[in-house]
Amino acid sequence: MSVASVTPRGPKPGRLTLGRFGLYAFLISAALFFSVPLYVMIVTSLKTMPEIRAGGIFSLPQGLDLSAWKTAWSGACAGTECAGVQAGFWNSVRITLPAVAISVLVGAVNGYALSFWRPRGGTLMFGLLMAGALVPYQVFLYPLVRWFATGHLYNSLPGIVLVHILFGLPLVTLLFRNYFVTIPEELFKASRLDGAGFWRIFAEIMLPMSVPMLVVAAMMQFTGIWNDFLLGLVFAGRENLPMTVQLNNIVNTTTGERLYNVNMAATILTALVPLVIYFVSGRWFVRGIAAGAVKG
Amino acid sequence: MQSAVSVKDLKIAYGSTVVLQNINLEIAPREFLVLLGASGCGKSTLLNAIAGLTDIADGEVWIEGRNVTWAEPKDRGIGMVFQSYALYPRMSVRKNLGFGLRVAGLPKAEIAARANRAAEMLHLTPLLDRRPAELSGGQRQRVAIGRALVRQVDVFLFDEPLSNLDAKLRNELRVEIKKLHQDLGNTMIYVTHDQVEAMTLADRIAIMKDGVIQQLAAPAEIYHRPANLFVAGFIGAPAMNFIEGQIVARGAGHAFVAGGLDLDLAGYQGAPLPGPATLGFRPEHLMPEAGGGPAIEGTVSVVEPMGADTVVWFSHEGQSHSLRLMGDTGLRPRDPLRAGIDITRANLFGADGTRL
Amino acid sequence: MKHRIKRSLMPFGALLPTWLAVVLVYIGAMVWTLRLSFTNSRIFPTDHYVGFAQYEKLLSSSKWMAAAGNLVVFGVLYIAGCLVIGFLLAAALDRQVRFESLFRTIFLYPYAMSFVVTGLIWQWLMNPLLGVQASVQAWGWSGFSFDLLSSRELAIYGVVIAGVWQGAGLVMVMMLAGMRGIDTEQWRAARIDGIPVWRTYVSVVLPQLGPALAAVSTILTMGVIKTYDLVVAITNGGPGTATEVPAKFIMDNLFQRQNLGLATAAAVMLLMSVLIVVAPFRFVSSMRARRKAGVL
Repeated sequence: MSVASVTPRGPKPGRLTLGRFGLYAFLISAALFFSVPLYVMIVTSLKTMPEIRAGGIFSLPQGLDLSAWKTAWSGACAGTECAGVQAGFWNSVRITLPAVAISVLVGAVNGYALSFWRPRGGTLMFGLLMAGALVPYQVFLYPLVRWFATGHLYNSLPGIVLVHILFGLPLVTLLFRNYFVTIPEELFKASRLDGAGFWRIFAEIMLPMSVPMLVVAAMMQFTGIWNDFLLGLVFAGRENLPMTVQLNNIVNTTTGERLYNVNMAATILTALVPLVIYFVSGRWFVRGIAAGAVKG
Repeated sequence: MQSAVSVKDLKIAYGSTVVLQNINLEIAPREFLVLLGASGCGKSTLLNAIAGLTDIADGEVWIEGRNVTWAEPKDRGIGMVFQSYALYPRMSVRKNLGFGLRVAGLPKAEIAARANRAAEMLHLTPLLDRRPAELSGGQRQRVAIGRALVRQVDVFLFDEPLSNLDAKLRNELRVEIKKLHQDLGNTMIYVTHDQVEAMTLADRIAIMKDGVIQQLAAPAEIYHRPANLFVAGFIGAPAMNFIEGQIVARGAGHAFVAGGLDLDLAGYQGAPLPGPATLGFRPEHLMPEAGGGPAIEGTVSVVEPMGADTVVWFSHEGQSHSLRLMGDTGLRPRDPLRAGIDITRANLFGADGTRL
Repeated sequence: MKHRIKRSLMPFGALLPTWLAVVLVYIGAMVWTLRLSFTNSRIFPTDHYVGFAQYEKLLSSSKWMAAAGNLVVFGVLYIAGCLVIGFLLAAALDRQVRFESLFRTIFLYPYAMSFVVTGLIWQWLMNPLLGVQASVQAWGWSGFSFDLLSSRELAIYGVVIAGVWQGAGLVMVMMLAGMRGIDTEQWRAARIDGIPVWRTYVSVVLPQLGPALAAVSTILTMGVIKTYDLVVAITNGGPGTATEVPAKFIMDNLFQRQNLGLATAAAVMLLMSVLIVVAPFRFVSSMRARRKAGVL
């Protein structure tokens, strides 16, 4: 061993230790496990049916065939109806945007009122809201359906929007309450001494300060509502079915031949909006998860 | 005599930023060396390099006659105490003390004996079954010291161990560390930004700035004969007073001239050279001067009575200086003041900042 | 005087919509569902009380018992899988690896996608004729089998794989955040003490992740109890009742079999299971808070 006679000097010789090698091997195989499904989805959507039937789920498509995407968007069949996921996409937009905007605003007001004004019964309400978040939707469904039917909201766009707002309240209220608690109370006291009232303090001081939380809350609500299946299925009605429900109807339809390329294209289309949000603003997304998870 | 710790031509760089370069240190057995400097001066980096917690770019580290440059921290024969105590929060004091030994595979009886002995030395015996969260800051730091103690090593490293404590506890623990050093006779390397800790604990102080050791000497030497302007200004509170002027040759000797001040340099402990220079003198080396000798003339601006002594701030030719007097003083703001300088205790620095 | 009243009413008024939601929807609907579960309602609610007859019927229903059994198997494996894989991924990323943010992005992206999308992707991957199994067999490993979903015994494990793929990233993110919050000097102290890295994770890091672990376990458990979309998309409960789950049992009885009494009884059972699972967590954390307050 000539190494032993060398006087150690300077940096430790860079040896790629077994542990380091194993670490990267683990990370790379995990990355494969997580990314291969996305890869398979994309290549499948670009293949033709004969190509798919020839086997080789991992193989690259022979040509760039976008016809499956076109069919998925505007021609794929759910049962006897062949209109693609297009209508579902626009339904989801029409459901998600107002539901996100209203629930985030209400959540911001709730959090503001709860953490600064502390009205009587506020803690009780917050506790009930948090407890309600733990209750499975199935417990609420039937009574809600009946009440909505009485109020002509059942199977309507305002109905499904309202349902999403109702069930979104716990999360947004939690996010904003926890956020406003971190803002020094001196600020609130100072603005009250300056004579500002409830809404003025909210609109001119608190809301501008909570832009980061507005973004996080809007993102969490957006992905949550866009990805919803159960509520859309029950409350939206045939005319307003969100994209997830339509996608499931198309893929799990029992009539006709199974067009795997179209199914995968439709699946990607449905996942696209949340994925874009995630990839563009991953840091905010992570922050939202962390903020939402830290329940009192 | 063989050094306990020696650092040779050490260089540390992160990417292309060089943090430390050409560091050479010889630390004698049983010596208490303090690395002193402001934050970011590289003192903690140097300590971590000795501990093996930082990758070095060049140089060697020897501990107790062994080249440990490539050795793992645990194989270097060191114990270390951290600023945040770094106790394992979910383990009792006893487990904290014994964890390293248990992993190293020592027999249970031996672990228990060492833990008990350390606990006794540090007055931790009644606390052995508590968790860190149930201890005060001072107790936690004693546990951290105990964890270094049970390793039965010859070299202890301290990384700002008292910075997280309040002033009173800091004073108490400082005395305990000094006692511990006297009892154990270990070599200790101690990083701090607190000059009182440095002055009271150290056999020698290494003052660092921008990754360079400015002066390595005994506390008294550093206080009375600072190697350069930086060291002179860093040590001492209130800080040393400075006056910029010229050294001129006069007869067989020299004189320092600045504005109305003309000071004969006979008796100065050093080698003055003609040219631009800075005169430095500590507040306690100024005396109110009643006679007609050379003196700084000024007006009192603020008087700070501190009990044992009084600090008088006065302005002289637009500059503020301080003067320390024993006991109380009759001086009041706006009083005129003439202060004579004890030239045997003053310091002169040349244009490049080094002491003449 | 007028000012005082206005000031104290305004915050309360701002919370009024949420109060209404809590009282009417959360509490009102729950009470109605509870009441219905003691009646023999079929399509329409009746006031004919039958005591615990619906619950007895439920416990003697082989389909419900199968669903409950599946939920336990799925829940245990899904939570264990997410926790173990998520913790390992977090620990690996915590080791100062290159491309950390790329790996993190890859591990978390499935969490941004809906259960429906997740289910459909894995349904395609586990396709016996054209999926992963066919490709791997074509590569020469003829004994390879990945046809989980068409087997009565294995289908539930297929759902577990899809679920873990979707949810492990969440655990990873939260564990990693916890690890990054641990004082770096503890790592240095452990190196001086000569503690191996794996041992440091097990004995020093893991015990400190308790709160994060509790939070993420609660989230995962809630997800398990609500499991519906994933199963509908991937197997629709089949083959037979191999992947039937309680949430789906309730939906079927509510909207297809029109057995209101039984469905509401099942929903109440689901709620009880939430209480059983969540109550200990709450109890422990409130005890801990109380103990902390006592110490201080």
